[in-house]
Amino acid sequence: MNPLLFGYLAAAIIVFSALAVTRKNPVHAILFMIVMFFHLAVMYLGLDAEFLAAIQIIVYAGAILVLFLFVVMVLNIKEEMSGERFSSGWPLGISLAAGIFLLAIIMTGNVFPLGQQGIYTPALIASETHTKALGSLMYTQYIFPFELASLILLVAVIGAIVLAKKRLR
Amino acid sequence: MPEIFRTQLMVVLPETLLAVFAMAVVLLDLVIRKKSVLAGISIAGAAAVFYSLFYTQGFAFNHMFVADGYGIFFKFIFLVSLVLAVLLSNKYLSVEGVNHGEYYGLMLFATVGMMVMASASDLITVYLGLELMSLSVYVLAGFIRHSARSSEAALKYFMLGAFASAFLLLGISLTYGLTGTTSIGGVASYLQLHGLAKNPVLILATILYVVAFGFKIAAVPFHMWAPDVYEGAPTPITAFMSVGPKAAGFAVIGRVLLVALGSMSFEWSTLLIVLSILSMAAGNILAIAQTNIKRMLAYSSIAHAGYALLGVIAFSPEGLASMMNYLLIYAFMNIGAFTVVTILRTEGMKAEELSDYEGLSKTHPLLAALMLIFMFSLTGIPPTAGFIGKFYLFTAAIKAGYTWLTVVAVLMSAISAYFYLRVVMYMYMKEPAKQLEMAKSYGARFALLLTGLAVLVIGILPAGLIDMARAAIIDFGS
Repeated sequence: MNPLLFGYLAAAIIVFSALAVTRKNPVHAILFMIVMFFHLAVMYLGLDAEFLAAIQIIVYAGAILVLFLFVVMVLNIKEEMSGERFSSGWPLGISLAAGIFLLAIIMTGNVFPLGQQGIYTPALIASETHTKALGSLMYTQYIFPFELASLILLVAVIGAIVLAKKRLR
Repeated sequence: MPEIFRTQLMVVLPETLLAVFAMAVVLLDLVIRKKSVLAGISIAGAAAVFYSLFYTQGFAFNHMFVADGYGIFFKFIFLVSLVLAVLLSNKYLSVEGVNHGEYYGLMLFATVGMMVMASASDLITVYLGLELMSLSVYVLAGFIRHSARSSEAALKYFMLGAFASAFLLLGISLTYGLTGTTSIGGVASYLQLHGLAKNPVLILATILYVVAFGFKIAAVPFHMWAPDVYEGAPTPITAFMSVGPKAAGFAVIGRVLLVALGSMSFEWSTLLIVLSILSMAAGNILAIAQTNIKRMLAYSSIAHAGYALLGVIAFSPEGLASMMNYLLIYAFMNIGAFTVVTILRTEGMKAEELSDYEGLSKTHPLLAALMLIFMFSLTGIPPTAGFIGKFYLFTAAIKAGYTWLTVVAVLMSAISAYFYLRVVMYMYMKEPAKQLEMAKSYGARFALLLTGLAVLVIGILPAGLIDMARAAIIDFGS
């Protein structure tokens, strides 16, 4: 990937994520999040992962964020905006997070030998297309985790209905 | 294709069967009015799954899944806690006014998740099993929707559980980046082959694993969710999740720390020693201050996670076997204690405060006697099962050279006697203040009988169980 493009995408993702977290108006926060997701999708495209890029747009920017927006529309935005954005403990939280981040950088900085490479080199993925490679792995070697994920989704659907349906008593 | 059937599908037969039962229960809920029938189907399913466990052996699905003795022993613990919790549920749910069929379906799904965790031989399977279990239990914790406490429990559990999952995923991705594989056996052999044991990245990954699993087994300092969630959740679910998910967490600790990161044993055992001491100390000391019996048992469950960690820290076959024994014994005695709490919950009476137990021996002598047995067992007084469990754990820890740690554990057990025996004191040495009724539930009475018998029989004749656990881990990690 072009380093200039990568630099722009990385900076944009950080800025828009920070904006999404700090905005008081939840509608603005979600719109910034959508922008961030689109940048992430372009990042995936640059890594030859076109399937992930499409999923990123369809599932995250499309389905999940529209759902978020629906939820936000139900909220009373004036009330949301009158309170403080963060609870009083935020300086402690942010310094803890920064500490963990620094620790992770120090520990992984220049001592990260990469593990063994699989058969899917970037060249092979580029020639075979990412979608095909992902599909053929998912339905052969990773069929068991795939089926497990389907059970998890089923539980999520049942759980959502149980917790949200009308009858209370 | 019979060959695929024999080598692949047969290995996951118990999990498949239980998932089918879970879906059947959810569907049958539409046509069956009497929810006790669904409880019966769930128990029948658990029995069928238990029977099918004996037909499973070996790896399946490209080493994603393994059915070995270790996994099967843990699956037995999960099925025991499932059956006991289902026995408690029917009457309790009608009292609370939430007797819906999905409850049993979700319990079965949670058990499928735990079974997958216990049999995972790949980090991806570990993660997916953990999510399947956790998602089901989050919903179950919030099942009493009209109770704010129950909803709060579900939300707290969900938030912190999601946080823990993130730690686990970061640990898995660091491990993958370093080794290029997610297979547990593959990681172990790659680390050995390339001498990566002291690599800082791997140390960071180890810390992340310990944090994530610490959340699941509710070890201090990752226990903050436990008291609120245990108090707010429906009591049968509290019984279930104080045993099942905790044992599943230990099963995964065995697979990931002992096998995949076996070469890092110094690092993780140092971390686990800290966790273990903090859990035993905070669990037992904070339990003294509790007036609600569910909260008290929550803190006690934190302390018991600390004891069971001794078996992992010992890093020996004996330690592992004693940890497995302890978890099975803990299932019986802890669910037994929760059964007493559940059975005293009737339409007019919550019976969750310690003072409600005053004079129980006068009004319900048999129930009080059983509670006495469970409290003795949780303290670790012979001739109950709890004593056997602690005895083998402590022996394994001493043999591994952790005498000082065992001394700490024994001291903490002595502290725990204070709040366990306080319940006994209330029951036997005070006059009844309130008129408590026992719920008319045959299921709960049967569960009481089972747990009481198991605690006494294991306490008097422990040899069978000890041999079973030893035999179970012969092929562990191969």
